[in-house]
Amino acid sequence: MQLELQNIKKSYGESDNRIEVLKDINLSVEKGEFVVLLGPSGSGKSTLLNIIGGIDNADSGKIIIRGKSMSDMDDKSLTNYRREHLGYIFQMYNLIPNLTVRENIEVGAYLSKNPLDIDEIMGVLGLAEHQNKIPSQLSGGQQQRCAIGRAIVKNPDILLCDEPTGALDYKTSKEILSLIEEVNQKYGNTVIMVTHNDAIKNMADFVVKLRDGVIRKSYRNEAKQKAEELDW
Amino acid sequence: MFTTVTLSLLEGFLGTLKLFVLTLVFSLPLGLVISFGSMSKNPVLRLPVRFIIWVVRGTPLMLQLLVIFYGPGIFLGNNLWGSGATGRFTAALVAFVFNYACYFSEIFRGGIQSIPKGQHEAAAVLGLTKSQAFFKIILLQVVKRIVPPISNEVITLVKDTSLARVIAFYEIIWEGERFIKSSGIIWPLFYTGVFYLVFSGLLTLLFGFIEKKLDFFK
Repeated sequence: MQLELQNIKKSYGESDNRIEVLKDINLSVEKGEFVVLLGPSGSGKSTLLNIIGGIDNADSGKIIIRGKSMSDMDDKSLTNYRREHLGYIFQMYNLIPNLTVRENIEVGAYLSKNPLDIDEIMGVLGLAEHQNKIPSQLSGGQQQRCAIGRAIVKNPDILLCDEPTGALDYKTSKEILSLIEEVNQKYGNTVIMVTHNDAIKNMADFVVKLRDGVIRKSYRNEAKQKAEELDW
Repeated sequence: MFTTVTLSLLEGFLGTLKLFVLTLVFSLPLGLVISFGSMSKNPVLRLPVRFIIWVVRGTPLMLQLLVIFYGPGIFLGNNLWGSGATGRFTAALVAFVFNYACYFSEIFRGGIQSIPKGQHEAAAVLGLTKSQAFFKIILLQVVKRIVPPISNEVITLVKDTSLARVIAFYEIIWEGERFIKSSGIIWPLFYTGVFYLVFSGLLTLLFGFIEKKLDFFK
């Protein structure tokens, strides 16, 4: 078991304004699986991803990654855990604005014990010709590719994607999804992708539907489609 | 006469320059430290720091100079600063550093808080510690954003140094005024304005250059 969530609860606000964002979430993910967390806005899917990524803390419950419980970790081992095991892709890319494409990816490589080859990754992502540009000189799709490069160069066990195509057009979205699919197959990273786009569930091995902080449905997708076949 | 005046004003300007440079050297880092205090989640730290910023920004610098210079002698019965020119300079420097650090801290706070949360999150998930994230990723972006307001304060500081004459700190205005008594002429005092103008002109060029240097990213 790569990742296991047990009884995860999370709420925001005080007393009367208290909102339960996650109500008792249980989930297990196998190594190399492509998981899609599907839900409308406000369903708690991004919060759940942030908790897995260690950006946010759960109020209660356990997150067990490769047999280790995250709640037992102090700040330092949490930093190490993120450094060694996690890649994260954001909706708004969050690249470092003063570094070039290559340097952004190098930051990821620098932090990893066994990074992948930067040139190879830039080749796969189609970034070789843009490697000396800074983020503001790139299109949204190119920035997202760079963000994918920065995340996967670490060769993370788990790649977390928060609405990675949320700010992109149809064609570019499909390109990005294909790339994430390719990464998943080529490097065997577990992928957990949050989205509100229903069509994306078809490319997953495992689909989890969230609404109002509860898992409404979760199932193994037997009729897995390629990203390029998706349509919405 | 013109040469004599120019030379002695230049000498006075050296005092101005010394106060100016040392104030910046100490108040910029201190301002960053104070800004962390004023952003602290712990109210035991945050509230006193905010209170001090309020007092320092809410009272005239001239008054602060007087309190810092004469205060220890009056309230503690111990003139901390000594009586000579060095003592007066040290007192003036302490007052300026403290005052400017408080102003700078608010500029830093605004700059730091204007950086999108995503930058912090991205740094965290990459596996950077909080201090690595701040110094290696956030700080340069902050610096870029605060160059214009900092340049404002720095140029104000050039002229504020003249306030130090209330505790008899020897600087250019003091030197210019001296000619009224010694030679009965007032133009050397007016002439000091040229020194201020030239110096703030140079600073304007310098800040323009820094802004341009940081223009390579958005």
